[in-house]
Amino acid sequence: MKKFWKNANGRLKTGIIMTAFFFFVGFVIYYIPHINPFTFNTYDKNLPPSWEHWLGTTAVGQDVLWLLIEAIHNSLSIGLIVAFLGTVVGVFVGLVSGFSGGAVDRALMVVTDTFVVIPSLPILILMTALMKGSSTVILMALVLAMFAWAWPSRQIRSMALTLKERDFIHTARFSGEGTIQIVVTEILPYALSWSLSNFMNATLSAIASESSLAVLGLSPANLISLGNMIQWARARNAIMAQRWFWIGSPILATMLLFIGLFLLITGYNDYMSMKRGR
Amino acid sequence: MKFWKYLGLRLMTWALTIWIGVTFIFFIPRMFPSDPVENMIGQMQSRSGQMDPAQKEALRKQLRIQFGLEGSLLEQYTSFLWNGLFHFNFGPSLMSYPTPAGEIIARYLPYTVGLSLTSTVLAWTIGNIIGLLAGFRKNKRSSKILEGIAICIYPIPYFIIALVLQIIFAFVLRWFPIQANIAVNADFGRYISSLIRASTLPAISLLLVGTGWWIISMKSLSSTTAEEDFVLYARYRGLSEGKIARSYVFRNSILTQITALAMSLGGVFNGSIMTEIIFGYPGVGELIQNAILQSDYNMILGCITISILAISTATLIADLIYPFIDPRIRYS
Repeated sequence: MKKFWKNANGRLKTGIIMTAFFFFVGFVIYYIPHINPFTFNTYDKNLPPSWEHWLGTTAVGQDVLWLLIEAIHNSLSIGLIVAFLGTVVGVFVGLVSGFSGGAVDRALMVVTDTFVVIPSLPILILMTALMKGSSTVILMALVLAMFAWAWPSRQIRSMALTLKERDFIHTARFSGEGTIQIVVTEILPYALSWSLSNFMNATLSAIASESSLAVLGLSPANLISLGNMIQWARARNAIMAQRWFWIGSPILATMLLFIGLFLLITGYNDYMSMKRGR
Repeated sequence: MKFWKYLGLRLMTWALTIWIGVTFIFFIPRMFPSDPVENMIGQMQSRSGQMDPAQKEALRKQLRIQFGLEGSLLEQYTSFLWNGLFHFNFGPSLMSYPTPAGEIIARYLPYTVGLSLTSTVLAWTIGNIIGLLAGFRKNKRSSKILEGIAICIYPIPYFIIALVLQIIFAFVLRWFPIQANIAVNADFGRYISSLIRASTLPAISLLLVGTGWWIISMKSLSSTTAEEDFVLYARYRGLSEGKIARSYVFRNSILTQITALAMSLGGVFNGSIMTEIIFGYPGVGELIQNAILQSDYNMILGCITISILAISTATLIADLIYPFIDPRIRYS
């Protein structure tokens, strides 16, 4: 651990610290007992920041800080669920397609390429518009996951294609290992280090898609997410009324979260290529 | 000969992509319980009171035809493909009944294409030039600062950048209008000036994110290329740094960036939709937003079909250009 920290580059370190901060807020501080921040008129309306309300209150009497903490928790959760589903399916499809070759490979690749090229947002808009009102967090995550598997599967496939021809795979095959065994013991370890960076990337883009849909009013209406928080503040004229803590805090939190995750991803990729001696 | 084979294969993937995408959007609404015809009748009744059952039945029948919901699933499907894909006929729009949805989309589409195309081309050019310089002299201080700025902008979602720009330049500084307002019916001069005023902030938001990405990717590409042996050899031959940057590093790194450009178009379109909605810019994004608010399904399906067509075609064009630029690729 100490050695890792010494070898890590500046970007990776900054990324880890920023991301860890958000995870701490979203998954530790979140569990401190508190009043449900969604309830209207819990406190006085439009309070400026004070000791009781660090970021003030909203026009409908909600505490901005707790709203933000809950939003970070929910946004991160959606991101992680989507990234998990997308990565698992993507790695599976990519490996199957890369190792089977032939007609199976071609068929899978056409479908994958379609999902890479098709603009995802309009289709997400269509689906969530049809679910309007009845959509839940789980449903939302499933819909977002539909567009999260294609890119990893494409990448894993090309990785599998080059790995297939490496000496150690031939050695494994000649010493009698079956395809499944080779995939599990020889290929997966390779794919995993790459999958980790893809996993973080998928988390980032899932959070971005959810908040984009929220701005369109298509995220579940009772879900406190970063996007919905921005949307609510916009809908209640927080900008016109110049209530910067209310509209500003979810915007700033989203920016910092994304920069942190991105630094983590690029820093991690640099670190891995350094480790491989490039 | 090989070129024709490549072209044929690529055209086939193009057609398949569109077909899969369109089939997908045909079946999605039919998998959901919500029925657009019942929704519309409900809306009409809430607006103008109850209708008598016979009248309602006739209206229902009429609407089912216009929404393409009559006949078996196969008939619906073939007529959807035939009318929508080949004739851009998506049925009447519900928001501005009975104008055809296709006609309204045709009015909004040029704005989206203009906005995203201009900002993509600018972002790609500026980003790659800065990225090349930053990668070529990667130990200079200015390179590091530029890359740092790019890293802090690129990962932020489009609509956040748009929102921040709107707050700063439209609400606080009041340099630009809060909602885009294009004087469509005015004379040419006023039309152009209002177009520029309305497009500046949306274009800048798209440009910032896009440029950020091209700087980051070009920098990492060119800094690896700059360490290749042939660059070292060129240096020993006494070529000037400018010549090395242009003919050796740039020409080799730009190839990857052309493929990347093709792959990025879908994302740019997504960003354009969000940016348009934030600024109320009259493009397809704004149209989709209104169509959702008023449950105008013909319009939503029309917009999505057109965008799938547009993105796949743009990607196809970028892919077809590639072999002409890279002499090493012989259409394999």
